[in-house]
Amino acid sequence: MMQLRCPCCGPRDESEFVCGGTTHVPRPDLNSSDVSWGEYLFFRDNPKGVHLERWRHIYGCGSWFNIARHTVTHEVLAVYGMSEPPPAQMLNGVP
Amino acid sequence: MSHRLPAPAGTWIDRAQPLTFSFNGRAYSGFRGDTLASALLAQDVRLIGRSFKLHRPRGVWSCGVEEPHAIVDVGAGARRTPNVRATLLPLSAGLSATSVNCWPGVGFDVGALTGAFATLLPAGFYYKTFKWPSWRVFEPAIRRMAGLGTAPDRPDPDHYEEVSAAPEVLVVGGGIAGLAAAVAAARAGAQTWLLSGGMHLGGGLGWRADAEVARLEAAARAAGVRILPRTLAFGVYDHNLVCALESVSAEGQRDLPACVLRERLWKIRARSIVSAAGAFERPLVFPDNDRPGVMLAGAALKYALAYGVACGRRAVVAAASDSAYAVAGALRAAGTEIVAIVDRRATVGAAVESGGVRVMRSTAVTAVFGRRAVRGCRVQALAGGTPGRSERLECDLILNAGGFAPAVHLHSQAGGRLRWLDAEAMFVPHGTAAGVVSVGACAGVFNREVACAHASAVGEALARGQALPQPPAGGGEGTQVFVPLANVRGKQFIDLQNDVSAQDVALAARENYRSVEHLKRYTTTGMGTDQGKTSNVNALLLLGEYTGRAPPQVGTTRFRPPFAPVTLGAIAGRRAGSLYRPLKQLPAHEWHAAHGALFETYGDWRRPAAYPQRGESIESAALREAGIVRERAGLFDGSPLGKLELYGPDAAQFLDLMYVGTMSTLAVGQARYGVLLSEHGTLVDDGIVARLGEQHYWVNTSTAGAERTAAAFEEWLQCELVHLKVLVTPVTSCWGNVTVAGPRAWQWLESIGLEAALAPARMKHMTMRTSTLDGVPLRVLRASFSGELGYELNVPATEAARLFARVFARSAEIGAVLYGIEALQVLRIEKGYLHIGTDTDGTTLPADVGLARGIERKPAAFVGRRSLSRPAALDAQRLQLVGLQPVDGRAPLHVGGHIAPHAPPAPIDGRVTSSCVSPALGHPIALALLTRGSQRIGERVRVYHLGTETVAHVVKTPFFDAEGRRMRG
Repeated sequence: MMQLRCPCCGPRDESEFVCGGTTHVPRPDLNSSDVSWGEYLFFRDNPKGVHLERWRHIYGCGSWFNIARHTVTHEVLAVYGMSEPPPAQMLNGVP
Repeated sequence: MSHRLPAPAGTWIDRAQPLTFSFNGRAYSGFRGDTLASALLAQDVRLIGRSFKLHRPRGVWSCGVEEPHAIVDVGAGARRTPNVRATLLPLSAGLSATSVNCWPGVGFDVGALTGAFATLLPAGFYYKTFKWPSWRVFEPAIRRMAGLGTAPDRPDPDHYEEVSAAPEVLVVGGGIAGLAAAVAAARAGAQTWLLSGGMHLGGGLGWRADAEVARLEAAARAAGVRILPRTLAFGVYDHNLVCALESVSAEGQRDLPACVLRERLWKIRARSIVSAAGAFERPLVFPDNDRPGVMLAGAALKYALAYGVACGRRAVVAAASDSAYAVAGALRAAGTEIVAIVDRRATVGAAVESGGVRVMRSTAVTAVFGRRAVRGCRVQALAGGTPGRSERLECDLILNAGGFAPAVHLHSQAGGRLRWLDAEAMFVPHGTAAGVVSVGACAGVFNREVACAHASAVGEALARGQALPQPPAGGGEGTQVFVPLANVRGKQFIDLQNDVSAQDVALAARENYRSVEHLKRYTTTGMGTDQGKTSNVNALLLLGEYTGRAPPQVGTTRFRPPFAPVTLGAIAGRRAGSLYRPLKQLPAHEWHAAHGALFETYGDWRRPAAYPQRGESIESAALREAGIVRERAGLFDGSPLGKLELYGPDAAQFLDLMYVGTMSTLAVGQARYGVLLSEHGTLVDDGIVARLGEQHYWVNTSTAGAERTAAAFEEWLQCELVHLKVLVTPVTSCWGNVTVAGPRAWQWLESIGLEAALAPARMKHMTMRTSTLDGVPLRVLRASFSGELGYELNVPATEAARLFARVFARSAEIGAVLYGIEALQVLRIEKGYLHIGTDTDGTTLPADVGLARGIERKPAAFVGRRSLSRPAALDAQRLQLVGLQPVDGRAPLHVGGHIAPHAPPAPIDGRVTSSCVSPALGHPIALALLTRGSQRIGERVRVYHLGTETVAHVVKTPFFDAEGRRMRG
């Protein structure tokens, strides 16, 4: 059971949160092709490394926030707000 | 023969407190402080159990958590605990234990017959044998033979706690190294905890260095270390979480209260973890090395010094490690005759003394005499691998001193790597793992002074947040690795509990199971309750021999928690019984119960299914209630219906983005039915949305969807539509819902005092008004799921029961009735109203159920819109919701019945989703999803269910009052 740092409440056990999956996934608009819409619905990257994802502190303050988590070690490399872009070093996939 | 030694031996027992206990029905005696194993050994009980596969007689092997043989069932009835290790079970007055895996008894066990077929039962026999005519013929018998103890057949009367803690430094292991680390950390200012699996501190040396242990323990307490005895850390998890199991009330105690606290599960997340878990002694491998009387050398010494029990009178020590000599000397001083130290090595370390004991070098044990107890052994000199002169030694105890295997479990679970030390034949931690630092024997450091100094330095460095000291070079016990002998008779066991022998490992290698993970699963070595603590290293060394690889190339199997068995009760904690799945109750639950409600579980709620009268069935009650609602009026509790309040200047725009319909065009006071889709375009929830103000909406969801829909709205607002100013507040439990439906509904409500402005002539269908009744605020929604004139009175939940009573007080003069969920289902099916999740599934789109009108005209890009133009969404062959009417008008259709052109096997054309007998129409009706259903109105279809066939007409819905006059009037 991981420990996540909610931006509002501080470090709490993983059981207080619910995971919302990959974050920063751009949603194609109504004019998108079937292929790109299908990829948005069903395809996600599954990196062995840093994964950007969103979590909600559902049994606490209810806030959504983003984290960068290493999928092998579960090390949480960054915690940032829902509307913020990922920290620059995360985008290269290099923690 | 084993027996009790006189004082000063037995520092852990209290000879002033004798106890009686029973084992396999016979009475024995021991002392407080004994374990079951030590007490049985003291009474010369050598036969404790039977091995898993071959049912060979087995006795006590060790003195701790690594015990593979002495597994017993303790207690009876609801407090029966299976598979308890006798080496850890504290003796208590009246304790009753029995052997496992034997019938009728451990002395005479019918299962021992399998031993005669041992050659047919090698590793993996079940992959190759018992196949003709079918595995199923043999499976029941083989499954009955599997397993060891017998589980209790009654609910556990005791309870279990779960506690979380977050000290700064956590030390796992109460040996000398662990104590030293804890003392240093605490003195440097860190909040320090220490977990000790056993009752006594001191670990591997405790009962040989009592004074030093006592000094360290006193220092630890003085420094403020919190020490938890009988608390075994069984795993380390993500982010430094250590889980440990504290035994509060040991098994087998008599005269306990009806319910006691049995165990406490600790979830400890420390900033730093010190693993001081010690090391396990490794046995040698020789024929029949499983006989009762073959033990680990260190264990025999511990029994002698700590428990005052001599495990035998005449011992042979089979050695491949320098440690054997000190142990032999100490045993001799405690009163056990050492016949010989049979050392497989040619030379021993310079500092080793034999103390007058006969030492045989380059010699191995090649046979053990005695089946139920060791009577003697044969030893043979090996010179260059050729067996030479042999000699028979009379003994009743054979002790293994083959070296040590550091307990690297915590380090490995935390992701740490291992390295192999050739000179000491052991795997030790390589560096540190995330948050876990190893000290003492588990780091491969066996020199007491060196280990203490290192542990203290580690404790202080962790407390101060400084760099860790360099770990000292490990080892020092001078061990050598030896393969099992060839050309000897008898099974040479590797894994004692699962009866895995050297021949089995050879078989695995021959059949190309070269990976150590394959070896484990193919032979089951290391898969018993002891998890291979004294056998895993021997197994991988042997596999390396057979496949020409060095131990580091073979590697170890993956270390996974738990380190030792954990009871399910401890994991469940308080989440058992009624707390396993807490159900929600209506705010007026007691009132309904007092008025004859028959409650059933619907989702997370306890709700009245019906209010049966005069012994009628639920089905009859539902039909009666539904009929009265259609004729006169009925009262229903709709409180579980989801309720949300939305506020904000952008609330209207937000709802247009969420719903298929358009909610921004609602006038204040107006309400509209809406459906919610997932991004796949499929229906996920429905409900009525009412506008209470310019920026204020009241949103009803389905009962099951209340939390889900609120969460979905919240996710959209916080994650995607971050610029919209909307507040969503779930208020489901704040408001009770008193629903009145039927032709006389308004007459009824008028009679209890509802204001005239709410009359049907003045308040249209699908509108919502605020009102009060004797000062109690109401939000009144005129809507209908029954198809009759309907009013939903939303009242503060605390007032719900009072309002129900007030309304129901007038029921007799109205001729009205209480109705439950089952009656509501009948009413809504008659109207063809769908229920999300019953009449729809994860593929159903709005157009499939006739809810797609107006979508093209709506400008907003509501959730799921893009998916409605996918090719699959436009497929002509889609399932569509229709009504069905059995042709014979008698037997109702079964929910789940398949619509097919002919009897199965046949392509499925659709299925029945809802069904009932209609009191309003007098015949059965059903809803179904049918391929191209909307174009097949009037057709006859065949419905198949469990061998029956029913013919039905496809009809349009609603079945009753198609224009909806009764509810709109």
